[in-house]
Parts: sequence; C-alpha cells; structure tokens
Amino acid sequence: MSLRYEFTKGLWETIPPFRLVLGLCPVLAVTTSGINGIGMGLATTFVLVFSNIFVSLLRKVIPSQVRIASFIVIIASFVVIVELVMQAYFFALFKVLGIFIPLIVVNCIILGRAEAFASKNGPIMSLADGLGMGLGFTISLFVIGSVREFLGAGSLLGINVLWSSYEPFAFMLKPPGAFVALGILLALMNLISQFQAAKGGK
Amino acid sequence: MGDFILLMVSAILVNNILLARFLGNCPFVGVSRSMDTATGMGMAVIFVLTLAGMMTWLVHNYLLIPLNIEYLRTIAFILVIATLVQFVEMVVQKTAPALYEALGIYLPLITTNCAVLGVAIINIEDGYDLMTSIFFSFASAVGFALALVLMAGIRERFALVNIPKSFEGTAIGLVTAGLLALAFSGFAGLV
Repeated sequence: MSLRYEFTKGLWETIPPFRLVLGLCPVLAVTTSGINGIGMGLATTFVLVFSNIFVSLLRKVIPSQVRIASFIVIIASFVVIVELVMQAYFFALFKVLGIFIPLIVVNCIILGRAEAFASKNGPIMSLADGLGMGLGFTISLFVIGSVREFLGAGSLLGINVLWSSYEPFAFMLKPPGAFVALGILLALMNLISQFQAAKGGK
Repeated sequence: MGDFILLMVSAILVNNILLARFLGNCPFVGVSRSMDTATGMGMAVIFVLTLAGMMTWLVHNYLLIPLNIEYLRTIAFILVIATLVQFVEMVVQKTAPALYEALGIYLPLITTNCAVLGVAIINIEDGYDLMTSIFFSFASAVGFALALVLMAGIRERFALVNIPKSFEGTAIGLVTAGLLALAFSGFAGLV
C-alpha cells in the first residue's frame, strides 16, 4: 500500500480500459486520432484527480446511504468546470469531443474509483490513485487513437508518415473499426500477460 | 406522423445508439452474456430512458432556461436521472412486484448508463420539441435493447466454439460488436 504502488498500478497492472473494462464509450467514440485521445484522456484525468481528492476529504462527512448521489454531484461539478474551460480555450477540441465531455459524469471509471478507493483512503493516496488511473486511461486512449489513425489515415498526430500511394484502411475510422481495434488490442495485451506469466512460472 | 416513423427508423437502425453513436457501451459489454439479463436490461432502459427524455426536456425548458442557468445542464440532468431512477424503482416495487423482480437489479445501474444522459443531451442540442424528444428517447432505447439482445444471442453461442485463449471474454465480445456494427452500417442510406 505504498504511494508509489497506488500511482503505478493504474499504468499497467489495472490500466483502464483494458484491465478495468469501464468507461468504454469515450474510448470507442473519440479515438479517431491520437490527439483526440490525449484531449479526452486529460479531461478525464482532471475530473478523476479532483473528484478523488474531494471524495476522500469528505468521506467522513458523507452518510453512506446517500454516498453515490453525493459522489455524482462532486463529479458533475468538476465536469462542468472542464466543459466551460474547454469551451473557452480549446474550442476546436471541444467541438470534436462534443457530447462526450458532459458524459464524463457517467464515466464508470470515475465513480468506480470514488467508491472503491477514494471513499476508503486519505487524500494523498487518492490523488496518487486518481493521477495513475487517469494517466493510464490517457495512454490507452492515445495508443488506440494512434493505431486507428495510423491504419485509417496513414498519419500519426496529424502528420503523414506513410508513402503517398498508401490506400487508407478507412474501416478503422468508422464505428465498427473502433470495436475491432479495441478487441484486438485487448487480445494482444492478454497475450503479453500470458507470456509473462508463463515465463515467470519457469 | 411520417416524420416520426423516419425518426424511429433512423434512431433504431441507422444511428443505433450503441453501434453508431457509442453511448451505453459498458452494459453492452457487461450484461450481454446471457439472453435473460440482456432482455431485462433492455426493458429497464426502454422504460427509464423514455421517462428521462421527457423529464430532462421539461426541466431544461421550464427550469433552466427561465432561470438562465443553462450552463448547469450537466449537473441538473444527472440529478434528474438519478432521482428518477430511484423513484421508478420505488414505484415499481410497490405497484408491480412481478416487474420489479424482472427489472430490479438493473434499475440502479441505469443511472450511470451514458445512453440516458447522452440521449437527454442530444434532445436539447438538436432542438427537438417535447413530442419529438419523447419519440426519439423511446426509439433510441428500443435500438439499445435490440442491439443488446442480438449481442446476447451471439455471445451465448460462444460457449460452443473454440476461442483463442487471448481472445476469451471481453476481447471476442468487442470484435463481435464490431461485426454487428458492420452489419448495422448496412442500414445507412435507409433514411
């Protein structure tokens, strides 16, 4: 239960959304490019970190019968902040992410961490947990976004990296491609874990 | 009337809420392992989403706009939905115990189903009137239930086939959802 562990567990061991299959909607919907993935991931991280801190600070005050409703109100407040800030300073990204910004409220990862971690641990631990989980989520979104962008448009972070005659695999940018890409990445991750487990067993 | 039929076909098949708009995917992957749970969840969503679509529209137009606090939409809507879900649970428990048996455990999960909040926000952003909002919410929920039941039907067959070890569980579910989405994209151009 060290601080270091709470931070790093979100980066590989229980990295959302691969190990912790929660919050799939933004993962599937906004990852048509790497940069969108980063934007969505950072917005979620901000909400996750602050909701974790506040839930943790208020955990002794909130009666357990109404805790879920209270958590949702705390989360919703930070989502409104993100919504207004993005609308003011990152309008292009705000337009692209669209409905999925207000929907951070119902991202199960955030409520899940509030319930499973922040409501039982101190603010510093909760900060580490929120930051780790948030960054893990951001990395996942960036990886999925980059894979889809690379195959679907032949570019990385908006810069063309493949030869000009490359025929874009447009399926990857369409909704069905999102499901298939996520499924295959998940399977690859399982494969790596199995390989590691087999090696560790010897 | 023709407009409503077009809207329904569009919401159920062409812009299916799960497969094209990506709303409500957590239950789609989570509770689509058996037909019974999928049907229960689908029914509960149809019930709550239609009511929530109506309530959030009323709250937005008769509370938020007159008070000039539209920027609080996200908070207001999630509170309306959470209260509504709690209320529906209590009413159903009192008046229809049989229905409660069937839907009971799925009702609390619906608060964090992003399909509900998502449809409520789409209703407002696309500027639908009250009737259209109710129709759109209902049709979206039917689309949700349809996709969920289809998915459960396919996943039940997984028990009979050999799946590569690394694909077991969620991974193969996602690939299946991709194929289902591909099939649904065949409906594009219908409306």
